[in-house]
Amino acid sequence: MKLTGAQIFFECLKAEGVDTIFGFPGGAVIDIYDEMPKHDIRHVLVRHEQGAAHMADGYARATGRVGVCLVTSGPGATNTVTGIATAYMDSIPIVIFTGQVPTSLIGNDAFQEVDIIGISRPCTKHNYLVKDIADLARIIREAFYLARSGRPGPVLVDLPKDVINAKTEFKYPKKVSLPGYRPTYEAHLGQIKRAYAAIAKAKKPVIYAGGGVIASSCARELKRLAETLRCPVTTTLMGLGGFPAPHDLWLGMLGMHGTFRANMAVANTDLLIAIGARFDDRVTGKLDEFAPRAKIIHIDIDPTSISKNVRVDIPIVGDCKDALRKLLHVLDENRLEGLDATRKPWLEQIQKWKETYPLAYEQSDHEIKPQYVVEKLYELSEGKAIITTEVGQNQMWAAQYYHFSEPRTLLTSGGLGTMGYGFPAAIGAQIAFPDRLVIDIAGDGSIQMCIQELITAVENNLPVKVAILNNQYLGMVRQWQELFYNKHYCGTCIKAAPDFVKLAEAYGALGLRATKPSEVEAVIREAFATPKTVFMDFVVNPEEGVYPMVPAGKAMTEMLLV
Amino acid sequence: MKHILGVLVENQPGVLSRVAGLFSGRGFNIESLTVAETLDPKISRITLVTRGNEQIMEQIIKQLNKLINVIKVIDFCDIDFVEREMALIKVKAEASTRAEVLRIVDIFRGKVVDVSPHTYSVEVTGDEKKIEAILDLLGHLGIVEVVRTGKAAIARSKKH
Ligand SMILES: Cc1ncc(C[n+]2csc(CCOP(=O)(O)OP(=O)(O)O)c2C)c(N)n1
Repeated sequence: MKLTGAQIFFECLKAEGVDTIFGFPGGAVIDIYDEMPKHDIRHVLVRHEQGAAHMADGYARATGRVGVCLVTSGPGATNTVTGIATAYMDSIPIVIFTGQVPTSLIGNDAFQEVDIIGISRPCTKHNYLVKDIADLARIIREAFYLARSGRPGPVLVDLPKDVINAKTEFKYPKKVSLPGYRPTYEAHLGQIKRAYAAIAKAKKPVIYAGGGVIASSCARELKRLAETLRCPVTTTLMGLGGFPAPHDLWLGMLGMHGTFRANMAVANTDLLIAIGARFDDRVTGKLDEFAPRAKIIHIDIDPTSISKNVRVDIPIVGDCKDALRKLLHVLDENRLEGLDATRKPWLEQIQKWKETYPLAYEQSDHEIKPQYVVEKLYELSEGKAIITTEVGQNQMWAAQYYHFSEPRTLLTSGGLGTMGYGFPAAIGAQIAFPDRLVIDIAGDGSIQMCIQELITAVENNLPVKVAILNNQYLGMVRQWQELFYNKHYCGTCIKAAPDFVKLAEAYGALGLRATKPSEVEAVIREAFATPKTVFMDFVVNPEEGVYPMVPAGKAMTEMLLV
Repeated sequence: MKHILGVLVENQPGVLSRVAGLFSGRGFNIESLTVAETLDPKISRITLVTRGNEQIMEQIIKQLNKLINVIKVIDFCDIDFVEREMALIKVKAEASTRAEVLRIVDIFRGKVVDVSPHTYSVEVTGDEKKIEAILDLLGHLGIVEVVRTGKAAIARSKKH
């Protein structure tokens, strides 16, 4: 029996196990929408297509599965670009379906036509324009395969209207054949042995783990490695949750707003074991002075990450899980003796750094400190929430003061730094996990970037909690202006703001406000107890800064501490 | 340092712009680029000349390999190879200089492919130095227009 392109679309999604699409309709995809009610799939109607991409992304980060969104051609497609680039920078598997004008009109500046293939080329792992219905099933199959395999990433499929309406026999290909795409999963044993030799010699090793640990689900292996080696662990923002924060080998995050001890440890280490991390400039600071005394082992599935920014001594291309398992195996077979004694001075030094400059802030009794709000959120959620963040100070305070212990509990735009990410991502995560506590830690600036999704949350009865750290500034930029631009606060004062409590109410959500430290706990408790979408407006000290801070381009040891 | 790369790609629409876009997007430079189908119509071959230190070249090659439609990348730096380029040169050829033009073309084993009352159009193939040399000589006589193909390169076969 012949099926239409729209029917094939749903058959393919079924074959891929997709249960949810985040989308927004339009003329180019109306035939897909027409077909939709006949299929057992949940459609979440967003209010802006950027939200659809972020929701699919949040869904993917929370579950480890591929997130899916569907939008129309032209403006629908362009509205997703920020979301696509966000997912691309953080290697998140999503598949974006965009409508397109009929093939006969492509290139004619037709109504709502845009070259989304050209636009999205630099921010997708791959993209496809389906020109012939005969290719549709194969391309969708490939898109999902590419999105989730190797180094994951977003894949876009552009669907011209006539292809959606054409008919053909449906056959879902069992296999994909992509002659140019052969990701390396298996780490090379010779390199693993070289890594072992370097590890055996090291006196002051540090493990530096990134988002790859989460993508390849190897947090267990990472913990075993650290414990076997008695080796302290730091992670990037993207790696938070990949190693349990309460652990005695935990250094905290490193980089621009990393802990004093993590940055000092990296500056003094003689062996840096990088796992699924890409030496981002927010992590390394001034490259010449990054881990200057260290031999570097770098495990990554993407060969382009290796030696891109920093010269690596022992590259290991492969899946982090496979590499760690092999390394652990070699370590089990060739036990390193006397590690407790060898590590003692190093761990003592780290302990001293920790005591000299712990992460700290002073909570007064009349003004709410944003850090206090995050700590209270941690405490009252018992560390069990899925946290999403916006971008700015709120993101860094979330990273510093919510102590992540499980992978996939922090969803944040690390690579692109997208304000507006956190709220829709929280919606995506909440849809995947209706019974979990999902909190977006937000700035008063960022929350306004995708605030229209409030109605999406309310419409779907999602109990997402949004904690707005309302400092009446674009705080992170204000902090830069304070420190490096002579307090020239241009364009960062956002006192003119909606009343977030009334706004929440207008959308049918619950709005709560705390203006005094004594009110914080009650607000959080009420929010957690209310099975609805809740906005918590925490009016915080407007001039609080994120510390430590390494000024851009400086060495990681040149931290501003308060 | 200058590198010639041979890039085998799937012969599909948009692949060339992926390759070119990779270069522009990452701030790498392309000096020349030629493309055509191989014996297998499903595969095209790009010959690309670029420049960079060891680290940049490593990135360029890895990034090319990362493109889904790229099947193989060969860096001719590592192997013995033959390279050729073709140039079409329209040169002024008045009564007084015609003989000189022909002489030069002959020395370079070029071919006159078109004639007008005031010009010759000449075809010449060779490595870059040879093309540069004939352009230099003909330059003195007045070049009107030059079209160069960019390099094509092929590895030398093992002799035994
Ligand atoms: C879409 C977007 N535009 C601009 C920026 C630049 N930027 C980074 S942090 C920041 C301030 C964020 O302010 P707010 O959301 O109020 O959070 P705060 O820093 O005060 O916690 C800005 C403007 C960005 N990251 N993303």
